[in-house]
Amino acid sequence: MIEIESGTRRFPPTALSAEVATAPSVSFPAAKESAASPDKHPERRSSKGSFDVEAMRAEFPILSQQVNGHPLSYLDNGATTQKPQRVIDTLRRYYESDNANIHRGLHSLSERATRDCDKARETIRSFINASDQREIIFVRGTTEALNLVAQSYARPRLQADDEILITTLEHHSNIVPWQLVCRQTGAKLRVAPIHDSGELDLEALKGMLGPRTRVVALTHVSNALGTVNPVADIIEMARAQGAITVLDGAQAVAHGAIDVQDLNCDFYAFSGHKVYGPTGIGVLFGRKCLLEEMEPWQGGGDMIRTVSFEESTWNELPYRFEAGTPNIAGIIGLGAAIEFMASIDMDAVVAHEKDLLAYATEALDGLSNIRIIGTARHKAGILSFVMDGVHPHDIGTIADQHGVAIRAGHHCAMPLMKRYRVPATSRASLALYNDRKDIDALVTSLQKTKEIFRL
Amino acid sequence: MSDLRELYEEVILDHNRNPRNYPRRPEKTNHSAHGFNPVCGDEFFVHLHVDENGIIQDIGFDGAGCAISTASASLMTEALKGLHTDEVERLFGQVHSLLTEERQVGGPDDFLGKLTVLTGVKQYPMRVKCATLAWHTMRAAIADDSETVCTE
Repeated sequence: MIEIESGTRRFPPTALSAEVATAPSVSFPAAKESAASPDKHPERRSSKGSFDVEAMRAEFPILSQQVNGHPLSYLDNGATTQKPQRVIDTLRRYYESDNANIHRGLHSLSERATRDCDKARETIRSFINASDQREIIFVRGTTEALNLVAQSYARPRLQADDEILITTLEHHSNIVPWQLVCRQTGAKLRVAPIHDSGELDLEALKGMLGPRTRVVALTHVSNALGTVNPVADIIEMARAQGAITVLDGAQAVAHGAIDVQDLNCDFYAFSGHKVYGPTGIGVLFGRKCLLEEMEPWQGGGDMIRTVSFEESTWNELPYRFEAGTPNIAGIIGLGAAIEFMASIDMDAVVAHEKDLLAYATEALDGLSNIRIIGTARHKAGILSFVMDGVHPHDIGTIADQHGVAIRAGHHCAMPLMKRYRVPATSRASLALYNDRKDIDALVTSLQKTKEIFRL
Repeated sequence: MSDLRELYEEVILDHNRNPRNYPRRPEKTNHSAHGFNPVCGDEFFVHLHVDENGIIQDIGFDGAGCAISTASASLMTEALKGLHTDEVERLFGQVHSLLTEERQVGGPDDFLGKLTVLTGVKQYPMRVKCATLAWHTMRAAIADDSETVCTE
């Protein structure tokens, strides 16, 4: 989506860029160079070389508070991100002045609400570079998007012994919907393994792809480890076998440019609340030719063209998959969040988060008794770790007492925890508004944890 | 940080580091139960030997959890040994109110003893489920309830 001048869409120069160069096709988001591609979004290029994190923080009112007597260090962005003032204002403005149902009112309020929803859809289309607005389906979140594909695309098409390939890195929401389809159709779920670093075992994955593989569903960025998967390569391999590809982009969208045409995936799912937007709204991108062949996901208002007691006919895309009154405020709020994302230099965001991840990794490496889980060469801003002798929940409580919000638990990835033989990890996950002070506060709380537990 | 010291009291840290009656399944175990908090991942098995007079002759536990759940389980095994199962409910009630209510410790009918170190948990509502897991599991064991206990 963001084409920087040279046409490359690699991460900006960082400590990791050399490794990227030697590890082909693990760049985020796209694996392929398009050296001569024109700059489609010159407005998104930064006019300055550096990233002004203070200015960014000022956009997020929640960050200025104190928690337990300390400035808030919000490092739980993998769970949900905070909202910039403009998203909050957009939601308030909608309810204060435009609240109406869409697509049906003849009155001005309905017209305004409908217009704003349509605008949001276009903003999102442009942001992920889908070719057509009809490929943007509003859903509740990534979970619903993946269930939609599982039930509406896969279930009617899969037969006994067909295969669905996922990976060890998946969040439960990209495991369980497929297990349900397997139960319903007799298809088999296969799971591609990972290396100890948290990188996919691509050789093994390749070996698991075959003519029976109908669906390849995988996460773009691991929510528990931060691994950025070489999705473009995997999509290409899957397509060569005739499988459709479903990407869980929940942890990716806020942390790198996404171009669904460049990725060449069939479906791409993400949640609004992880990309600085409201909860309860998300997006499923689906290739139009596939969506057109799919049966509706849910029945109800808005998704029909005509209804009689004998038969109903379906509305056109994307409304066919949007039964009932949608989360109108959520759609408009997500539109505002994506406009916010589109207004900033994503390459600078990526560089900033990368820098912070390197800083945090070094700081944690410097603490004895701490082991980082997930050391892939290519990682997004997620740091999962365990401390010998201290349960992640104790770390979480002590961190909170220092104003540091981190996640402690299995991160809805129980099979992955099992793979590493840990019941849970502590996870610090970054966003564009985090700074080194947040990491320093985390380190202080970890030192305090060690002190309390006499380590 | 005085709050944290109240939560991670010396006795709690000691019982976390060196849990008593752990990992142990008494030879004559006749009551067992499984406790599991899936969100946390805390998981314990509690095993008791209750004699024909209803006296808890022996008790042990295994599994893994955070400092609060482990220490609470360990302290529980110490407190229950020798008690009649009828008294267990009374003690459980006292522990429960210690963890969840404003309760004066040291009243005339109080037999919490060392368990009062769990007082600090009350200030951390998210952690009460940790402290109560072993206790609910123990009650399920005595009641011969084979369902996995969860306090989340």
